[in-house]
Amino acid sequence: MGQPGFMNIDSNTILFARDLKVWFPVRRGLTDILAKRPPLYVRAVDGISFDVKQGDVFALVGESGCGKTTTGKSVLMLYEITGGQVGYKPSQELMETYSKLGFKPEVITEFGHINLAKIPRKYQRPLRKEIQMIWQDPYGSLNPRLTIFEILEEPLIIHKYGFTRSDRYDMIYRALELVKLTPPEDFMNRYPHMLSGGQRQRVVIARALILNPRFIVADEPVSMLDVSIRAEIIELLMELKQKLNLTYLFITHDIAIARYIANKIAIMYLGKIVEMGETEKVIKNPLHPYTRALISAVPEPDPSNRLKMREVPIKGEVPSAIHIPPGCRFHPRCVALDEHSELRGLCDKSEPPMVEVEPGHYVSCWLYAKR
Amino acid sequence: MSEVILDVQGLKTYFYTSKGIVKAVDNVSFKVGRGEVLGIAGESGSGKSTLGFSLIRLVPPPGRIVDGRVIFMGEDILKMPEEEFRTKVRWKGISMVFQGAMNALNPVYTVGAQIAEVLMLHKGLSKKEALEEAANLLKMVGLDPRRVRSYPHELSGGMKQRVVIAMALALRPSLVIADEPTTALDVVVQAQIMNLLKRLQRELKMSIILITHDMSLIAEIADKVAIMYAGKIVEIGSSDRVFNNPLHPYTRALINSIPSLRKELKKLEFIPGVPPDLIQPPPGCRFHPRCKYAFEPCNKEEPPMVEVEPGHYVSCWLYAKR
Ligand SMILES: Nc1ncnc2c1ncn2[C@@H]1O[C@H](COP(=O)(O)OP(=O)(O)OP(=O)(O)O)[C@@H](O)[C@H]1O
Ligand SMILES: Nc1ncnc2c1ncn2[C@@H]1O[C@H](COP(=O)(O)OP(=O)(O)O)[C@@H](O)[C@H]1O
Ligand code: SF4
Ligand code: SF4
Ligand SMILES: [Mg+2]
Ligand SMILES: [Mg+2]
Repeated sequence: MGQPGFMNIDSNTILFARDLKVWFPVRRGLTDILAKRPPLYVRAVDGISFDVKQGDVFALVGESGCGKTTTGKSVLMLYEITGGQVGYKPSQELMETYSKLGFKPEVITEFGHINLAKIPRKYQRPLRKEIQMIWQDPYGSLNPRLTIFEILEEPLIIHKYGFTRSDRYDMIYRALELVKLTPPEDFMNRYPHMLSGGQRQRVVIARALILNPRFIVADEPVSMLDVSIRAEIIELLMELKQKLNLTYLFITHDIAIARYIANKIAIMYLGKIVEMGETEKVIKNPLHPYTRALISAVPEPDPSNRLKMREVPIKGEVPSAIHIPPGCRFHPRCVALDEHSELRGLCDKSEPPMVEVEPGHYVSCWLYAKR
Repeated sequence: MSEVILDVQGLKTYFYTSKGIVKAVDNVSFKVGRGEVLGIAGESGSGKSTLGFSLIRLVPPPGRIVDGRVIFMGEDILKMPEEEFRTKVRWKGISMVFQGAMNALNPVYTVGAQIAEVLMLHKGLSKKEALEEAANLLKMVGLDPRRVRSYPHELSGGMKQRVVIAMALALRPSLVIADEPTTALDVVVQAQIMNLLKRLQRELKMSIILITHDMSLIAEIADKVAIMYAGKIVEIGSSDRVFNNPLHPYTRALINSIPSLRKELKKLEFIPGVPPDLIQPPPGCRFHPRCKYAFEPCNKEEPPMVEVEPGHYVSCWLYAKR
């Protein structure tokens, strides 16, 4: 497909995906193999492109199963990429480490972006120091048998960061201070079950920060928390971003939360980005029929809502990522298609291209593309 | 208010754990009218689910209802022998959609068989009659009646939640307690389930108690709101008044912590600190260690419940005379 025309990669781009695909093979029974049925795939991420600039908070928003986590994990090289590229602007330090190791990563742009999809496993470790992940579940992601000190010490030992125990103590102390678990001495010797949900999520954040990363993939960092403490964690993430000069790929199913944290937002549906742009533009003026449905479904704390039904312009249910509808993959659920008879025969056959409708606002839908 | 069908007075439900007594529901009182929807909001651990379990007398051990009265249709159901409660009230009068129930459906039986079992057991229907009624119930909750033959794994989360709601409605109770009925669902499906509850409530003239930590869901459906903090109701009133004139500092923070998609962007509020230990709750007002308005009496004496405007009650020293 080449470089989609809407991408503007420059020296400020810290990370980009270009036609990224991650497919998982579906396990087949013996009868399938004997009958020579073609292999099936879960097309979790099915050709997405986006670019993240230094200092951005770029939100990936969509419903369960649309491919957000898979995108995040492939950026972290935790999945084998089926197709496309993930470009990353390495730090000087990383390139020096690589040259010491005698490794030359593949450079794929004139601005020096390296292709993360092609970094052999044994050279991934130095990269993992700069790209870190905050996981979805603060309850499952901390080992219950380790103290907070041991949890935070683990990455330091793995990455040989801090040579003596007292170096490591200082780093852990500072990390706990950063996430406001103070006084740090009070928390170091506790086990995860001795913390509240919000405190556990702070430990998860401290663990992601302790190696001084530049780029953070934050996967639903607040969705397991009560609404009343989400804001506190969001504020902490924003403060840390400023203080430490971080860039976030922020994954959430909650578009309202994305509005409070992200300057750019991409709406995903069934493995594709359907709409993308500056957050306020997308939220104030949603163009894609799916984005419109998503936005209209969000409840507000306004008691007059109880007097009416909430109209959500969408049909049916999300299809399986194995059997993706042809053409525009949203067409079986699209109410706009029902209203625009001229699109019949088009939407269910060919995939709409991504077009820039207003500056910095992109959508992939035949309502807006030249036919 | 219309005819009162549920009148809870001074309810206390405690868990007798090895670490001490967890006062999960501690002197809670409220009323629900026929056809009325009461929303109960509060942080996780504030005692919402335990309150729900108490009302259908299914408090898990080591928990026990230790005091109070629950008057349902004129009778104190806490005084009934278990056998009478089981045949007359549970599922028939009051039913509950349990938190996470959609993931607790039995994987080896069809959803039709699971609904039919409830009907056979409580209504004495034959298997054939029960399956027919199960199909009707599925239709009522917006599913294809042929889904009686589906197994839980063949259904999406939203469909499973509809099945669980159908089960709760099987015996046409007058009151349904829905505990976090949309928490694990996507927002589009959540909106559909909320619409379903709204529609059923109108068609069947049921009363609903909706339990959730999300105040915006309460605004979607509730006529009346109760705010729970650390086992107590700290504010209760009509939705209009509680949302438009929240009185308790905790209620205000809860409302101002909700990220809005449509309103002007302003800084979100949050409630600092950690939820209290219910074994040794803070003395005086239980919210005082986290309250930015706390003043002299707050850590000594529990504030009384006062009626600040008609039907709008709050328990906070900012409003009470001393
Ligand atoms: N390791 C895997 N093997 C097979 N299929 C997978 C794997 N991981 C994810 N999938 C499938 O890929 C699709 C996308 O999953 P993913 O976890 O990326 O979704 P998500 O958007 O993060 O959803 P959620 O909001 O529920 O976290 C789903 O259909 C999922 O079942
Ligand atoms: N089975 C149980 N054993 C002991 N303590 C319990 C049990 N269930 C709930 N609790 C305690 O009771 C309190 C209220 O819990 P719960 O009713 O589940 O709150 P909510 O539904 O508001 O999150 C919490 O402190 C919780 O830890
Ligand atoms: S391309 Fe057609 S089917 Fe797809 S969202 Fe646009 S109008 Fe609907
Ligand atoms: S009683 Fe005091 S501490 Fe409690 S909510 Fe009111 S002002 Fe705050
Ligand atoms: Mg995910
Ligand atoms: Mg609960």
